[in-house]
Amino acid sequence: MTTFSFDGEEVTAEPGQSVGAALLAAGYRSWRTTRHGGAPRGLFCGIGVCFDCLVVVNGRPGLRACLTEVRDGDVVSSQEGAGRDHLAC
Amino acid sequence: MTTSPADIAVIGAGPAGLAAAAAARGRGARVALLDSAGRPGGQYWRHRDGHNPIPASLRQDILAGHAVWHVEVEADGFVLHTTAGEVRARTVIVATGAYDRQLPFPGWTLPGVFTAGGAQAMLKGHGVPVGDRVVVAGTGPFLLPVAAALRHRVTGVFEAGSPLGFARHPLAVARNPGKLVEGARYLRALHGHRIPFHTRTAVVAAHGDDRVHAVTVARLDRNRRPVSEREIECDAVAVGYGFTPQLELPLQLGCDTRLDADGSLVATADEWQRASVPGVYLAGEVCGVGGAQLSVVEGAIAGAHAAGARPRRSLLRKRAALRAFAAAMHDTYRVGAGRPADDTIVCRCEEVTVREVRESVVDLGATDPRGVKLLARPGMGLCQGRVCGYATACLVAEACGRPVTAADLRGLAARPIAAPVTLGNLAEGVEDA
Repeated sequence: MTTFSFDGEEVTAEPGQSVGAALLAAGYRSWRTTRHGGAPRGLFCGIGVCFDCLVVVNGRPGLRACLTEVRDGDVVSSQEGAGRDHLAC
Repeated sequence: MTTSPADIAVIGAGPAGLAAAAAARGRGARVALLDSAGRPGGQYWRHRDGHNPIPASLRQDILAGHAVWHVEVEADGFVLHTTAGEVRARTVIVATGAYDRQLPFPGWTLPGVFTAGGAQAMLKGHGVPVGDRVVVAGTGPFLLPVAAALRHRVTGVFEAGSPLGFARHPLAVARNPGKLVEGARYLRALHGHRIPFHTRTAVVAAHGDDRVHAVTVARLDRNRRPVSEREIECDAVAVGYGFTPQLELPLQLGCDTRLDADGSLVATADEWQRASVPGVYLAGEVCGVGGAQLSVVEGAIAGAHAAGARPRRSLLRKRAALRAFAAAMHDTYRVGAGRPADDTIVCRCEEVTVREVRESVVDLGATDPRGVKLLARPGMGLCQGRVCGYATACLVAEACGRPVTAADLRGLAARPIAAPVTLGNLAEGVEDA
């Protein structure tokens, strides 16, 4: 089993699972809010086409949770908007 | 990273690409088989544990994790710019496949609403069902395997069309008895799991605050107008209205395209699967949505011909039969534009509503989807119109009082960069310039 954290909570995954699949299995449905409406989003297409499931992994924002393979000890967190608000001026 | 050029680069390691690579290699060509994913198989062959359909002879040719973001034409071949470096080849076979096509409805952006292919990918690729009470909806034969795989977790299948439409195409069905058996097997499986299968019924709204907890389904009359609505509780929705071919690379290369019978933009291929651009072949869904079997046959034809051999006649006969079936399928599962309410979100990324799209035409004078894109931003977001392109084109055409054209769809499908790249990817190769 692989273990990672999501917004501070410990989550387990099977080896080879994507971050998105592991979060889905753990009962999470959303981990991003939209830039304009602040609406919750999670997995939609599941194959890297829609970019709805963006997530922050080990400090790197904008990763597609459906395509990003989870690794033991990963620190995963929700993404707000573009996930780069610190760059906004 | 630049290696010596391959004879043939096959882009996409799904059913079409694998068949193309195997056929070309079998005739002595040096092949590079590229795929954006970490493992070959595409969306169709997902093998989590051990089971691997990839022929051993091909394994050394596979370049996994190579997302092709641009193809450049040179005098003696092509340069494929990928997220893992450049690959050169004299001939290119594009087999990039397709993804679920969507028609927007109120609530389709709620977490818990998935594409049908997404639900299948989660289950078959990762062993995770998308919910415990799943509504499967949309149109087309693909809904059946999705529901059959989720088994007792499915609350109901809501097919907007009706498979009885195949009765209008007895010859196409007779030429493909295997398809009939396959369909019957899935329907039996649904019956075995006591999953209700409703025809001429669509999900017209999804309800919930931060996740879906119910949908409204409606019977559709002959004109596809919703009648007799009812609400159904669920914790997930898997929805798809056919497929959208992934055309970035054929469009970059300048390949001719056309509107196919299912309303999709597809690249035009000749009898040997050649595109209109010399040195470019097409196989699988990029030249017309028809399923994995057809993709394999087209791949085998393309691979053999690209390697300088004459494809077997039996392959050409098989392709003709499977294409006849695909045409019958498109006629049976016709997809309309739908009539989403004004406040329905069309573009999920930029959160653009139906009203904003219509106003761009009616009030601001746009006459095509490109114009609407510049005015209201549908297709300008992260997915670059992949998800909303078809629906936007339909809504714009409807507001303009005309049918959708190939040019409408081209305007929303042309993407100079076909996959997300880092600045590092872009900087690579600059020193050579």
